Amino acid sequence: MLKIEGLTKAYTTGTKALNNVSLSIDEPQVVAIIGPSGAGKSTLIRCINRLVEPTSGVVELNGTNLVTLKGGALRKARRRIGMIFQEYNLVERLTVMENILSGRLGYVSFLQAFRRSFPKDDVSAAFRLLDRVGLKGYQDTRADALSGGQRQRVGIARALIQRPELLLVDEPTASLDPKTARQVMRIMVELALEQNTPTIVNIHDVPLAKSFANRVIGMRDGEIVFDGNPDDLTETELTNIYGEEDWSAEAANKNGDAPLAQAATS
Amino acid sequence: MSLLNTTSEQYPDIWHKHSTKELLTRYFWYLIVVFVAVWSVRHLDIPWFYFLDAHVQAADLGSRMFPPDWDYIDVIWDPLLETIHIATLGTLVTFFIAFPTAFLAARNTTPNTIAWLIGKFILVSTRSVNTVVWALLFVAIFGPGPIAGIWAVAFRSVGFVGKLIAEAIEEIDVGPVEAIEATGASRLQVLLYGVLPQVLPVVFGTMVYRWDINIRESTVLGFVGAGGIGIELYSSINQFAWSEVSLILGTVLIVVVFSEFISALVRSKVK
Amino acid sequence: MSNVHPTVWHRPSLIENPWLRYGLTALALAYLFLSIGSLEIDWERVSKGLPRAASIFERMFPPDFSRWDLLVRGMVESLEMAFAATFIGMFLAIPLGLCAASNLVPRPVYLVARSIIVLTRTFHEVIIAIFFVKIFGFGPLAGVLTLVVASVSFIAKMLAEDIENMGPGQVEAIKATGASFFKLLLYGVAPQILPRYLGVSIYRMDANIRHSTVVGIVGAGGIGQTLSATFSRYDYDFSITILACIIIIVFFGEIFSNWARGRLR
Repeated sequence: MLKIEGLTKAYTTGTKALNNVSLSIDEPQVVAIIGPSGAGKSTLIRCINRLVEPTSGVVELNGTNLVTLKGGALRKARRRIGMIFQEYNLVERLTVMENILSGRLGYVSFLQAFRRSFPKDDVSAAFRLLDRVGLKGYQDTRADALSGGQRQRVGIARALIQRPELLLVDEPTASLDPKTARQVMRIMVELALEQNTPTIVNIHDVPLAKSFANRVIGMRDGEIVFDGNPDDLTETELTNIYGEEDWSAEAANKNGDAPLAQAATS
Repeated sequence: MSLLNTTSEQYPDIWHKHSTKELLTRYFWYLIVVFVAVWSVRHLDIPWFYFLDAHVQAADLGSRMFPPDWDYIDVIWDPLLETIHIATLGTLVTFFIAFPTAFLAARNTTPNTIAWLIGKFILVSTRSVNTVVWALLFVAIFGPGPIAGIWAVAFRSVGFVGKLIAEAIEEIDVGPVEAIEATGASRLQVLLYGVLPQVLPVVFGTMVYRWDINIRESTVLGFVGAGGIGIELYSSINQFAWSEVSLILGTVLIVVVFSEFISALVRSKVK
Repeated sequence: MSNVHPTVWHRPSLIENPWLRYGLTALALAYLFLSIGSLEIDWERVSKGLPRAASIFERMFPPDFSRWDLLVRGMVESLEMAFAATFIGMFLAIPLGLCAASNLVPRPVYLVARSIIVLTRTFHEVIIAIFFVKIFGFGPLAGVLTLVVASVSFIAKMLAEDIENMGPGQVEAIKATGASFFKLLLYGVAPQILPRYLGVSIYRMDANIRHSTVVGIVGAGGIGQTLSATFSRYDYDFSITILACIIIIVFFGEIFSNWARGRLR
């Protein structure tokens, strides 16, 4: 489904954010990418839908090489990929319904977008998604009147209404409290797997990653240093990824899931 | 497509952002604005056919303006300096009028309602009348020359500067003022120690900002006889001496850009 | 008996270096004397100023309302000029403002747009009015064009600054859905800048009313023409009527403008 080969991102200063990264996803699964900041997690995700321009390499989504696309073809490709952001990135002044429907912008004309007259299928899908993420009745609420967890759930709905072939998620829970974070992750993973959508989640919270992912990829200094089952993520591996950081204590303090962290390290 | 088939529950497939009532209200206001705009344009009786050869005219004008008449700089050097002086001295005079008036016009420092109304009136009326119009008045009083220009600049600036200072005074932190009052200080001392330090940066910034605007204003005061480069510009345009005009405009551009630069520099230092 | 506290304290000055401080003060004073000295002032004429002012003031009252039809016609023309110019200016400012935002367009486009804005803002609208009068003749056409130029550059500048100050997140999210440039503007950019855009335009409408009174002085239509004539004919009692009318209208214009901008929040 997704095949990345030799993806590299080098800046003019010489630093390489991504160094010859290769991975492939052949079935609908939730892939968590973990690693310290600066490891290239965010860059990798953004290179897939070209929000960041890769320097070289191939990114193939169901047969299309995304790296060489331009203009209209790139836009058509982007609408096949849904993205969920750390800071939610909702259009604050628009209503929840408009935010969700904006996921279909790649499919409607300018006039339809202007008059907010989206196709009937899209509108009923929006209402359905609204219900599934637990925000029934919120369609006319302005986005800036929502809490962080609510906003992220709208973000999930916006990404999923695209009926995407791939879901990219950039630190979805970094700005949320532990309980809301688990709630959001649960909804997101549930809905994605229901639609058989492969999902790549960039996440710094290792216990959360292990709870929800089918597969974990560890990155360090722009390279993949671990790719396998969450259960194979031993302390040695984690130290390899994160360096001397006391990641377990940090993660435990962050979400108070101390028992889970202990179980993971044993 | 599985999302549509997961449950048997029916979901609405129509959504409107605005209720019918909201829509009608919006369209009503749009209609009014468009109506007034169209009526204004039509009522003004504009000879639209003038635009047909506007580009030809503009090109012709352009060719006559370049190259500029470099020798003309000897003639305009003094008026140019005079323009700068008018702006600077005018802004200086503004300070002495606007500063006390601002205290009258600020709700928290004014002695009584009458004083407040007087302060407000001074600021509103001086602000509503353009510098050029003030210049007309002062030319009638003081005769043509830079004195009329200086007073015109000063009067217009009083409203602008005074309003901003009054707003700053009204927005000060009450805490320090109360603290000073509690020590038993007189009204004037409270102003000096409690209000002034909070307001001073704004005062300074506003004065420099207005000075910059006044440089622009002073360039045209000569049109009505109040001194500065305006008179040279007006005569050159009337004589169709376009290469002189372009030189004058060029020097004005340099002076204005320079003053904007200084103004931005000083204001950033004062922050 | 070792510690004696100082009995004198000087407040630290704004400018620490005493040489700089006194130097600047000396420079300022020198400038004051030189500038006043360099101005060609007819002191005799000026000294007659105060009594002249008194006599003019006397002649202003009682204000003359007899020619109110002239006044109304002039004021209406000024208001129409202001309104038409704001309306046209609002629309023309959108493309110019978009092109002047460095985060939306390629650099050459940005530079050209910014230069246009800077150039048109440098020159006082009276200068621009004279140009238009020379090209299009006397009358409100020149006035409307002048105000359009002033409005477009003002609104475009504010618009460009707003767009540049936008956080990139919302635009990024809409881009990620595959929306084209114009749909991106519609959903990603417009909702963020619309309130301020409208607020700035309403403010500009107010400013245009003020400026429309001035361009008439050089023949570009509006009440300015009427006003200028009263001064040259010493009809001071009519001058005061016109001035009072202008002040009142601008005052109410400001009140309306503040109310409308408050409602937009």
